[in-house]
Amino acid sequence: MDLLGQYLVNGIMLGTIYALVAVGFTLFFGVLDVIKFSHGDVLMVGAFAGFTAVVGAAWLGITNPLAQLVASVVFAVVGTAALGAAIAKWLILPLKNAPRLNILLVTLMLGTALREVVRLFYPDGSNPKAFPALLPTSAWNFGNFTLRADSVLLVFAGLAVIVGLHVLINRTRLGLAIRAVAQDEETARTMGINYTLIVLVTFALGSGIAAIAGVMNGLYYNEVNFGMGLLLGLIGFSAAIIGGLGNLYGAILGGFLFAGLQMVGAVALPFASAYKDVFAFAVVIAVMAWKPTGLIPERSSERV
Amino acid sequence: MSTILRFSVGAMLSAALMAAPLGGAFAKDKVKVAFIGPLSGGNASIGVGGRNSAELAVKIRNADPKAKYTYELFSQDDECKPNVGVQVATKAASDRKVVGAIAHYCSAVAMSTVDVYHKFGLPTIVWGAVLPDITYGNDYPEIHRVNGTMVNQNEVAADFMTKMGFKTWVILHDTTDYGKGHNAYFSKFLTAKGGKVLATFGVTADQQDFTAELTKAKEMKPDVIYFGGLTPLGVRVRQQMDKLGITAQFEGVSGIVSSAFLEGLNPKLSEGIIALREGAPVEKLPGGQYFMAEYDKAKFDQGPDAYGPFAFAATTLLLDAVEAVGPNRKKVTAYLGKVKDKDSITGPISFDDHGQNTVAAITKYVVQDSKWVLWEDSEYASGQRKLVGR
Repeated sequence: MDLLGQYLVNGIMLGTIYALVAVGFTLFFGVLDVIKFSHGDVLMVGAFAGFTAVVGAAWLGITNPLAQLVASVVFAVVGTAALGAAIAKWLILPLKNAPRLNILLVTLMLGTALREVVRLFYPDGSNPKAFPALLPTSAWNFGNFTLRADSVLLVFAGLAVIVGLHVLINRTRLGLAIRAVAQDEETARTMGINYTLIVLVTFALGSGIAAIAGVMNGLYYNEVNFGMGLLLGLIGFSAAIIGGLGNLYGAILGGFLFAGLQMVGAVALPFASAYKDVFAFAVVIAVMAWKPTGLIPERSSERV
Repeated sequence: MSTILRFSVGAMLSAALMAAPLGGAFAKDKVKVAFIGPLSGGNASIGVGGRNSAELAVKIRNADPKAKYTYELFSQDDECKPNVGVQVATKAASDRKVVGAIAHYCSAVAMSTVDVYHKFGLPTIVWGAVLPDITYGNDYPEIHRVNGTMVNQNEVAADFMTKMGFKTWVILHDTTDYGKGHNAYFSKFLTAKGGKVLATFGVTADQQDFTAELTKAKEMKPDVIYFGGLTPLGVRVRQQMDKLGITAQFEGVSGIVSSAFLEGLNPKLSEGIIALREGAPVEKLPGGQYFMAEYDKAKFDQGPDAYGPFAFAATTLLLDAVEAVGPNRKKVTAYLGKVKDKDSITGPISFDDHGQNTVAAITKYVVQDSKWVLWEDSEYASGQRKLVGR
């Protein structure tokens, strides 16, 4: 029984990270009907920004882990949000009326460019970086089940971000504007909503959340590398798709579902764990065939 | 233009043209040798250490007034990826000026490039990859290897660990030829010595999360977790073992004996890790003192790491071959095929009929205070410190 608990905790941790990535995909699709394939690499940039902030803080003589953590998160979120808004302003909005395939391709290429830029220009960028453990490392043991304080904190931080996003979308004027743009661009414009600004804010929001996921990933695995966004982006996208692209709750459900599938793939199946990703993605394909619009489809009257 | 002027311009031109080849005849001919290894990515510290050592060998030779040629090192990054490896191997092999190659640390890469070297007839000396099939899986006369294979390494490892009293193992290995090879040989020797493998997990070479595999391993309560793979994955596995509260002894293979492995882990986690490697450590090598002195003199920005001496020995051997028979690939291959008891800083080199050097020594390492220490010299052997559960 205690082992089940361990698997559950592992899965929840992974699911939280996946959900945060999937939420970004779903936000962008909800508001602008675009699929931004560079999302995973934006996350990687966020993780590196966070890592740079920690190194920078240490260099400035700030040794308090909490201060380093705050610096890391703030720097990563602000920097990556700016990057997301810039991508929206100069790459995605100009192509708004072009075929959707173009945006998909442009962002796919942008992702590769971001990855290579970090690899080539970040000092020693092609090597994995050891992300310092900034969270308390105490652990509680219950037989075979070890619960670590840092994992618990990370899960709660992730859930807080998701709840915060929910409140922002449903309870604030900004959220109302985002929902209005998602529903009907023309009407939103005539009602006096600054369309461009809302799109930029949405992209900044999604990218900032990706940066949090990136820093969480770094804190959890104590490592960041330039290729980390590739698989995470793909998993986040798949999670958003099985949950129902455009629906916030679908993305969260999808993220946890995918983490669960990977766990089952590694643990319960009789064949080698090397096939866990094969298994998880195969199930994604099956779900897509069964419910092409995802488990919680985007309602045409209410997006995001 | 007057005739005289035209004549004088012509004379000057022809004089200049004649002078050029004359000037060249006094300089030595240029010969290129290729170095291929992982210069970027998680195994870069090994690759760059190897590259520096090869460069050192070339520098020393170029400084030697008796040398017949001037050598140039053509160094290429295989990124420890088979597809990139084939590209750069083809690039080196198809360059007619390259007479030989010192190639590969990653076995999976070497496995996919040996065919290229054979096709182009490029004599190649492997400096770090340990999979037996690189030399024994083919009959290519071009392929040689100065370092040992993982067969001996795992035989000694199995013997050593069972004698220490460890009884049960869980094996994690990457699913490349390299990791699979380690798993196969270690399991075979371990079972023969009476050790028990409780479970074996194959993981992909770029996997990030091992919590599922490790949680399952934890349930089985093994004495030892054996990891067959390279440094980046080894760091992650060790870190996640700690996150799950697994206290079993961690045993690695030669792929984690690198400075990057120790830099990636905090000292508390790396303490007491055991790994074996073929060949003696640099300070115990016959030419180790000389090598380290020269290496320090060259002021490279990082150390030679675990396989630098092999890269140095391989490069020196290749340059000796070119000096002896000239920059001709076929002749160099023939020369290397006959190498017996040739002196090198790693000890005498003798190639068998598959081009494999018959190095015997396997070195046991244990991490003590964030350093790879010879087992015999460590506080673990003298009993001042204890391995997990001993």
